[in-house]
Amino acid sequence: MAKYLLLKHYRGAPSAVNDVPMDKWTPDEVTAHIQYMNDFAKRLEGTGEFVDGQALAPEGTFVRYDGEGRPPVTDGPFAETKDLIAGWMVIDVDSYERAVELAGELSAAPGANGEPIHEWLELRPFLTAHPNTTE
Amino acid sequence: MTSPIDGAALRSLTPSVLGILVRRGADFAAAEDAVQDALVEAVRVWPSDPPRDPKGWLVTAAWRKFLDATRANAARRRREDLVDEEPVPGPASSVDDTLQLYFLCAHPSLTPSSAVALTLRAVGGLTTRQIAQAYLVPEATMAQRISRAKRTVSGVRFDQPGDVATVLRVLYLVFNEGYSGDVDLAAEAVRLTRQLAAAIDHPEVAGLLALMLLHHARRAGRTAPDGSLVPLAEQDRGRWDTGVIAEGVEVLQAALARDRLGEFQAQAAIAALHADAPTAAETDWPQIVEWYDELAGLTDNPVVRLNRAVAVGEADGPRAGLAALAELDDSLPRYAAVAAYLRERDGDPVEAARLYVEAARKASNVAERDHLTRQAARLNARSTP
Repeated sequence: MAKYLLLKHYRGAPSAVNDVPMDKWTPDEVTAHIQYMNDFAKRLEGTGEFVDGQALAPEGTFVRYDGEGRPPVTDGPFAETKDLIAGWMVIDVDSYERAVELAGELSAAPGANGEPIHEWLELRPFLTAHPNTTE
Repeated sequence: MTSPIDGAALRSLTPSVLGILVRRGADFAAAEDAVQDALVEAVRVWPSDPPRDPKGWLVTAAWRKFLDATRANAARRRREDLVDEEPVPGPASSVDDTLQLYFLCAHPSLTPSSAVALTLRAVGGLTTRQIAQAYLVPEATMAQRISRAKRTVSGVRFDQPGDVATVLRVLYLVFNEGYSGDVDLAAEAVRLTRQLAAAIDHPEVAGLLALMLLHHARRAGRTAPDGSLVPLAEQDRGRWDTGVIAEGVEVLQAALARDRLGEFQAQAAIAALHADAPTAAETDWPQIVEWYDELAGLTDNPVVRLNRAVAVGEADGPRAGLAALAELDDSLPRYAAVAAYLRERDGDPVEAARLYVEAARKASNVAERDHLTRQAARLNARSTP
């Protein structure tokens, strides 16, 4: 039992096989893609493996502390940022192999021409809070 | 006048009540739901109206809930005919029922996470919400995991003998999860293992119970108030629970006397030697190394050989420990952490610091990562002028 993050990138991942920007798809292809993602999450809930799924807006703001009594400094968005996260799904599975299997299925979501995107998803294990009780 | 309910005592009745329903002819999945409903009602009713016979009350309430649910489902007329006869419980004792329930919930057809969830609910009497919170997943996900698990075992006969080893693996997984939120899974694992040990006379069940008790007894000393890890050698032994240690040692000695050594007994023997030392310096490391040698003969788990290298380092010095380590695969989890520790003891703080950084990067949990990072920082602060 381990939790994994499946990270979907706007930018920063290697190029997908079926690498056509979403705005160049037909509306039906967009609908089919979203349906696939929803069905996937629904199916994982059914297998007892779904934890969370969220999408992020592409544009964000950088914020940092600017000293006592001063408001935080904001900057960006930076169009040139190399790595841009589009969203994620968190799964709770029995093994690394199962996590890879599921990431592979999610990467098969249909894109242009209804063909699988073959998009690269980043798979990251969660650190647990505590060590094993038996050390 | 209301009195608080002892939740663990209430939940300890779960397996025998469930067993009685199944023997009366209820199918496992429906009986399990009915017992959960009865437990919820008990929590609501008992504080103001405590029953004279708690188990009898639960059986009656659960049976009524089962009948209600069954009758509500008109499509299940066949079962309705069955329950209208209200057959008396079979001759089997509640001890046998309890044991069968453990076997069913740890059935080999279940994945580890499903077996864990089903065991906690059907044997432990925890609610789906509590189990979901303990494992940090949504309640809907945990509900599905449990109902799938129930479907998976629906064809398994309740009186089929099972494999104790699979049950022990499930309980060990629960124990190792520790605790997060308001459910103390380690304490629950101890309770369930104790209950299992009462239902079956088996040296490895006793061995696992002893192992859990000996680790559980030291829990208060293992973490600092801020949640950071305290290494064994630096723990305040005054914070260990000597009563629980004594119980663990007693359970272990009785098991070892049976002369059927197993993995859990050997691990418990090592834990007992740690628990038995008045100070870290008085730890009987040579005997711990001997137990690791026994353990290595019982399991090919490479972690055992890694821990053995640590023990060799304490018994025969860091050079001997490093030599033992050199025989192992350096991709093992915690290999770098062990190497760092031994290097530092061997007087090489620069290499030790580098290894601690590597170990922190490879750590699988936050508390350990932070501990290893602090070790690296400590050594770096000392070596930089």
